[in-house]
Amino acid sequence: MNISQSWWKILGAVLVIYSTVYGFLSTVPALPILHQSIRNLYFHVPMWFAMIVLFSISVFHSIKFLNNGNEDSDLKAVQSVNAGIVFGILGIVTGAIWARFTWGQAWSFDVKQNFAAIALLLYFAYLILRNAIDEEQKRAKISAIYNIFAFPMMVVLLFVLPRIGDSLHPGNGGNPGFNAYDLDSRMRMVFYPACAGWIMIGYWIYTLLARVAKLEKKKTL
Amino acid sequence: MQLIKEVKFLIGKELLLEWRSKYALNGVVLYVVSTIFVCFLSFVSLSGVTWNALFWIIMLFASINAVSKSFLQESKGRQLYIYTIASPLALIISKTIYNVLLMLLLTLIALAFYTLVFDYVPQDMLLYIIATILGSISFSMIFTMVSAIASKAGNGGMLMSILSFPVIIPVITVLIKLSKNAIDGLDRSVSLDEIGILLTINVLVAAFSLLLFPYLWKD
Repeated sequence: MNISQSWWKILGAVLVIYSTVYGFLSTVPALPILHQSIRNLYFHVPMWFAMIVLFSISVFHSIKFLNNGNEDSDLKAVQSVNAGIVFGILGIVTGAIWARFTWGQAWSFDVKQNFAAIALLLYFAYLILRNAIDEEQKRAKISAIYNIFAFPMMVVLLFVLPRIGDSLHPGNGGNPGFNAYDLDSRMRMVFYPACAGWIMIGYWIYTLLARVAKLEKKKTL
Repeated sequence: MQLIKEVKFLIGKELLLEWRSKYALNGVVLYVVSTIFVCFLSFVSLSGVTWNALFWIIMLFASINAVSKSFLQESKGRQLYIYTIASPLALIISKTIYNVLLMLLLTLIALAFYTLVFDYVPQDMLLYIIATILGSISFSMIFTMVSAIASKAGNGGMLMSILSFPVIIPVITVLIKLSKNAIDGLDRSVSLDEIGILLTINVLVAAFSLLLFPYLWKD
C-alpha cells in the first residue's frame, strides 16, 4: 500500500472512529427537548453531506460523459449515485430513529424529512431509467441527461423549499438548535471531523464500487 | 434569426396538425371535464383545502396526458425528418411554447368548469388564476423535457410518470401553498416568495432543457 496515495483513506477511517467514540463520550450542552439526543448531530448530518458530495461527483461525471462519450465516466456516474443513495437512506433512518424519541413519531410530516425522501425518489427514478434501456451508449447518454436535469431539482428540494415552511428540525422555527450559540467549540471538535471523515469514507466506497464495476465489465467483454 | 423563423414554422406546424385532427385538445378537455364530473359525483360538495388539492391533482394527471404525447406520439420517421430540417433548439423551444399554450387553455377551461360545478370561488380569484397560469407553464416545461427523455428511452407511459413525479412534486407543493393563500384571501405581498420560487424553478428548468436537449436529440 502506497501511503502517498491512500493517506486520505486512513485519515477518513481515523476521523470516523474518532467521531464515533467521542460522539458518545464528549460532553454536550444541555438543551431543552434535545437533551442527550443532540449527539445524533454527529451521525445524522454527515450522512447528508456525504450524499450531496457523492451526487455532485455523479453530475460531474455525467457532464464529462456528454462531452467525451467515455464509458468510464458513465460507470463512475452511476456508482457514485449508488453510494450516495446508501448515505441518503442512512440519513433518513438515523433521522427517523431520532425523531421517534424527540418528536414522538418516526415520520412527523416535517418539510425536510418529506423533501429528502422525494430527493431520493429522483435518484431511484434515475436507476429505473437505466434499467429500462438496453443499449449501452444510449443508456449512458439518456441517463446522464436525466441526472443533470434532476440535480438542480434536488438542490431546490434540499436547500430552497425547506426555507419557506417551518421545519421541526433544531434551529428552525424557533426550536433550539446547534447554531451559533449552541454549537459550542466542544461539539465543533467532533462535528467537523465527523463530516470530513464520512465524506472521505463515502468517496472511498464510491471508488471501490467503480473499480468493481469496471472489472466486471472487463470480464464480460 | 434563423432560429426564430424555425420556431415560428414549427409552432405553425403543431397548430396546423392540431387543427386538422382536433384530437389533442378535444381529448384532453373531455378527459378533464369528465374527471371533474366524477369528482363532483363522489364528493358532491367541497371547499377550502380539499377543493384546492383536488384541483391540482386533476391538473397533474391531465397535464401528464396532454404533454406527454408531444414526443411520445411522433413516429421515428417524422422525428428523423424534423431532425434534418430544424435545429434541436428550435424544436424544443417550439414544443415547449406549444405545450404552454395548450396547457394554459386547458387549465383555464378546467378552472372555469371546476368552480362552476362545485359552486365555490376562492376569495382572491385573480391570484388563484395567476397560480394556475404559473402552474401550467411549469407543468408544460417540465413535462416536455421529461417526455423527450422518456420517448428516447423508448418506453412510453410508465417511465414518463416515474421520471416526472419527483421533479414535479416541489413545483406542486409550492403551487398548493400559493393557491391556498389565494383561497384564504391573504394579502398578496405574502405570496411573493412562492411566486419568486416558481419563476426561479421555471428559469432553471428552461435553462437546463435548452442546454441538454441538443445532446438528447442527436442519436
